[in-house]
Amino acid sequence: MSVPEELRYSEEHEWVSGLGGEDGIVTVGITAHAADALGEIVYIELQPSEGDAVEAGEPCGEVESTKSVSDLYSPVSGEITAVNTAVVDEPKVINDDPYGEGWIFKVRISEEPGDLLDSAAYDKLIEEA
Amino acid sequence: MSADPTVKKTPLHDVHEDLGANLVDFAGYLMPLRYASETAEHQAVRTGAGLFDLSHMGEIFLSGPGAGAALDFALVGNLSPMPVGKARYTMICGHDGGVLDDLIVYRLADETWMVVANAANAAVVREALVERAAGFEAAVDDRSDSYALIALQGPRSQGILEGFTDAPLGDLKYYAILAGRVAGVDALVARTGYTGEDGFELFVDAADAVGLWRALAAVEGVVPAGLSARDTLRLEAGMPLYGNELTAETTPFEAGLGRVVKLDKPGDFVGKSALAAQAQTPPGRRLVGLVARGRRAPRKGYQVVTSGGAPCGIVTSGAPSPTLGTPIAMAYLDSGVEEAGLAVDVRGRQEPVDVVALPFYKRP
Repeated sequence: MSVPEELRYSEEHEWVSGLGGEDGIVTVGITAHAADALGEIVYIELQPSEGDAVEAGEPCGEVESTKSVSDLYSPVSGEITAVNTAVVDEPKVINDDPYGEGWIFKVRISEEPGDLLDSAAYDKLIEEA
Repeated sequence: MSADPTVKKTPLHDVHEDLGANLVDFAGYLMPLRYASETAEHQAVRTGAGLFDLSHMGEIFLSGPGAGAALDFALVGNLSPMPVGKARYTMICGHDGGVLDDLIVYRLADETWMVVANAANAAVVREALVERAAGFEAAVDDRSDSYALIALQGPRSQGILEGFTDAPLGDLKYYAILAGRVAGVDALVARTGYTGEDGFELFVDAADAVGLWRALAAVEGVVPAGLSARDTLRLEAGMPLYGNELTAETTPFEAGLGRVVKLDKPGDFVGKSALAAQAQTPPGRRLVGLVARGRRAPRKGYQVVTSGGAPCGIVTSGAPSPTLGTPIAMAYLDSGVEEAGLAVDVRGRQEPVDVVALPFYKRP
């Protein structure tokens, strides 16, 4: 399964793109590995909305698939600047395009996250799982 | 994927790997959960045909002049009067009346019967049958490892299977079985299944499984389907799953399956006195269907609560229903609970549900 090199990853299987950008805004989604393990995603709930704060490692929503339900964690701390309403309306997009159209929310980060994994480390994590 | 060396592989394991199946450890076997989209697999069975590997199920044979009597003693059903070529849904219970497994029993010949047990319970069923058949002229032979079981399920099943056999499938009724040649191999062809659709279960020699699977899978529109689709199909059809709706702590009466307990059959059987007492006592809970009004699925283990928030039941199975488009569940509801205004506690939030009659889906 593809693990894009340019992204950073949490141990809870979220990905982060755009770290180090000038505006400090990153995009968050869940990885292809997680989406595949969950099965077809039928419902996604994001508790915070635009303008709310999220804390790295804290649950911020739920992802429900045909087989199971699991918490969604924010991999970074900061303020939500956008929520992808298209995936809330049609969660299957996350299965179809987890790193593209299936992004979930954007955060203006308040501090640089120190413990995210690079693609090699994440690849190793899912290999060992 | 599990690296546990004790996990068994079915004769179709390589086929599943070739198909890119998502394999999981299920009841001690490495089984396909899904191949691609479980929803597409589910829909294929409802509208066309799906192909399942069920080789993990246990096939235990009883034979001899006392085999029928042994089954009557060992199981809750009245099997010995059943004609050759028929099948029956039944249960094996403990002395306390708790359900050890739910079974399908096929009568293959005057003195030959096949008991099909759930994979996780096959050893328990075998041991109980050996013990309970001891006083009868009957031999118990567990052939689970030498048989593969392939199910072709869906409205197109008969038409498809007729392309591979001369056996008179049109005359084969629901819950009946015949021996024939299918795709060039010997098979026991049963018109049974666990999907709520018409369909066939094909018991073949393990060595013949790959050839038969490949022949059937090559038919246009036949979709290999995994355990995930099997679970949503049987849930929509209101069929109990051992470990969920049925356990050793469950009585058949609570599960709404009291009719399979034949208290009036001649002779004694294991669990009879406990079951007779249970039949006289109104069950403290009963199995119901729930349809969620919202988008959240009640899941196994979630609590059912009254409009006042008081716990009044427990969900045994639940999933988004591909056919209905809403989440559905089966649950044990305490007796005497007002059905209106119930909710399921979904991770701390009360999601309203309606109680409905089972099954959720009946084939047209």
